[in-house]
Amino acid sequence: MHLTRDPLDVGDLLAEVQSPERGGTCVFLGTVRNDAGVTSIDYSAYESMAVEEIERILAEARERWPRSRVMLQHRLGVIPVGEASIAIAAAAPHRDEAFAACRYAIEEVKKRLPVWKKELRGDGSEQWVEAHDHR
Amino acid sequence: MGKVSVRFFARYAELAGCTWSHVNVDTPTTVANVIARVREVFPGTQAMPATPLAALNQRQVKLDAPVTEGDEVALLPPLSGG
Repeated sequence: MHLTRDPLDVGDLLAEVQSPERGGTCVFLGTVRNDAGVTSIDYSAYESMAVEEIERILAEARERWPRSRVMLQHRLGVIPVGEASIAIAAAAPHRDEAFAACRYAIEEVKKRLPVWKKELRGDGSEQWVEAHDHR
Repeated sequence: MGKVSVRFFARYAELAGCTWSHVNVDTPTTVANVIARVREVFPGTQAMPATPLAALNQRQVKLDAPVTEGDEVALLPPLSGG
């Protein structure tokens, strides 16, 4: 359930993390950007390792912010510009913890998740994306 | 000699010409030695950087990590998830 080839549904993630005692909820979406001629990105993964890595990241977030709940889904396959490749929802009693847990999850994903992007352009060309440090 | 599974992903799979194989190495050994053997068996992978990211049994490790027969070494291009 952490990896899917279908469009991401934020509502599903919210349902997993929200509860009456958690008054702050924060959602992060990463969407495919229209960099020079890019029409879509083909995402691939070392899937079994990615699932384990996501489980470890979520467990670490829960250890650091015990009253928070975080859920994360990464989409794989060809994703068109404007659609989300990753969705993270974090809920906690107050906003500080929700933002912190959500931020932790996306930063660890960027550092650790064995996922790769190949940009597909309108002219038919393709290019593997090497790591960027953009935030 | 021991058999070690090797997996290639994304651009490295294109360089190797496959996504999965195995190499025979003197075990116990290290991830670095497995990679050196991989460069011999799959010449296309000589285009990988000198010290690629690697995972041993699904966890990222340093290249001096010990490897025994039956282990799986995965070669990971620069990560670009999210």
